[in-house]
Amino acid sequence: MGTTYLADYATLGFLIVLAVMVGIAALAANRLLRTQAPTPAKELTYECGLDPVGGDWAQMQIRYYVYAFLYVLFAVESVFLFPWAVTYRQAGFGLVTVIEMAVFITVLVLGLGYAWRKGVLRWQ
Amino acid sequence: MPVWLELVVRLAAVLAAFLILPLLVGQTEHKVMAHMQGRLGPMYAGAYRGWAQLVADGVKFVQKEDITPAAADKPVFRLAPMIALLPYLLAILVIPLGPGDLVAQPLDIGLFMVLAIVGIGILAVLMAGWASANKYTLLGAMRAAAQLLGYELPFLLAAASVAMAAGTLSLSGIVEAWQPWWLLWQLPALVVFFIAGLAEIRRPPFDAPIADSELVFGYMTEYSGLRFALFLLAEYAGIVVIAALTTVLFLGGWRGPFASEELGWLWTLLKVAAVSFVVIWLRVSYPRLRVDQIQKLCWTVLVPVALGQLVLTAAVTLVI
Repeated sequence: MGTTYLADYATLGFLIVLAVMVGIAALAANRLLRTQAPTPAKELTYECGLDPVGGDWAQMQIRYYVYAFLYVLFAVESVFLFPWAVTYRQAGFGLVTVIEMAVFITVLVLGLGYAWRKGVLRWQ
Repeated sequence: MPVWLELVVRLAAVLAAFLILPLLVGQTEHKVMAHMQGRLGPMYAGAYRGWAQLVADGVKFVQKEDITPAAADKPVFRLAPMIALLPYLLAILVIPLGPGDLVAQPLDIGLFMVLAIVGIGILAVLMAGWASANKYTLLGAMRAAAQLLGYELPFLLAAASVAMAAGTLSLSGIVEAWQPWWLLWQLPALVVFFIAGLAEIRRPPFDAPIADSELVFGYMTEYSGLRFALFLLAEYAGIVVIAALTTVLFLGGWRGPFASEELGWLWTLLKVAAVSFVVIWLRVSYPRLRVDQIQKLCWTVLVPVALGQLVLTAAVTLVI
């Protein structure tokens, strides 16, 4: 298709534009075809037919933030992992490159092991 | 063929695949689930065994009233279903259907782009759950976010194992490098990738974020009409994309026992259909996992197995 490297990504841009247009078309069709008769009861927050209890946003215990920390740890790793995965077998890299990556991953695994031992991964 | 015409054809093909394949999977799910449970499933729409049931559903959804709750954060609430659809549409762009030119847009970092884009799904779920201003949707969105963050890791690591084995990030390149014995050697990565993929698209047994017996309908509780239909479409498009990725990365894509060059597209479609069938089968067979069980499976089983597979892959590729 294109001759330059970035021309490949132009298709991606066009597809995003197409996606927006299709979305707008679908919602426009919906707007033409639907009935619209809002009442306060319809627009009430849905809690299985009862009147909503308490405010809009519920108080809750966030047990998940530790997983987010763990995720950040490994997400950074995976960003480095992919370029490495392509090059490590090419000439001039080889075993030393693999050992370097192994050291990097081992440090992260130690972090996961530490979290595991501390009981972070157990639901309390 | 002029460049602009080729571009139009390719984009139209992506859009057609995005709109038709999920409907086929959805209809198959109706029928397969029904027969596995000793029912017949839809039988009336379209006269022959209910083949047009999902078309009829679509016609119904587009005529339905679009209710936005008074308490909702309206622009975000209305935008969320679109964001949910976007990653799967964009992913189809780089997934190769067959050898050579049978891919909408070959990218040399196709695998990396797909993995990055599938992550957008989390954003849509959080937007939907938060903007609905409903306790159940918020709980569902929080569960989904924790689940998607967690399973992103084994998903990425298993995919990285294939990238290492093939030495490329291009999806077509991976299929070309694939050898039948990879089925054996990359089996742990295949299993991890498939399970993590199921969790990424929140299919049973990983549907705790939706959990209709606890959370009404999770983050989709407040949606109705066309916007709800768009969320459903995103779910089935997700099955297609995960099945296609599993096919391309681990099952050899268009490579078959014979006629890989001429009938490559058929092999790909057959494999995608088979993987989609397994996705449906698992929904019928397994009970929903609890939230803590979901996290435990991810961090104490899938992530270690995926890391072990990376070690194995590095060792084998260095030896041969």
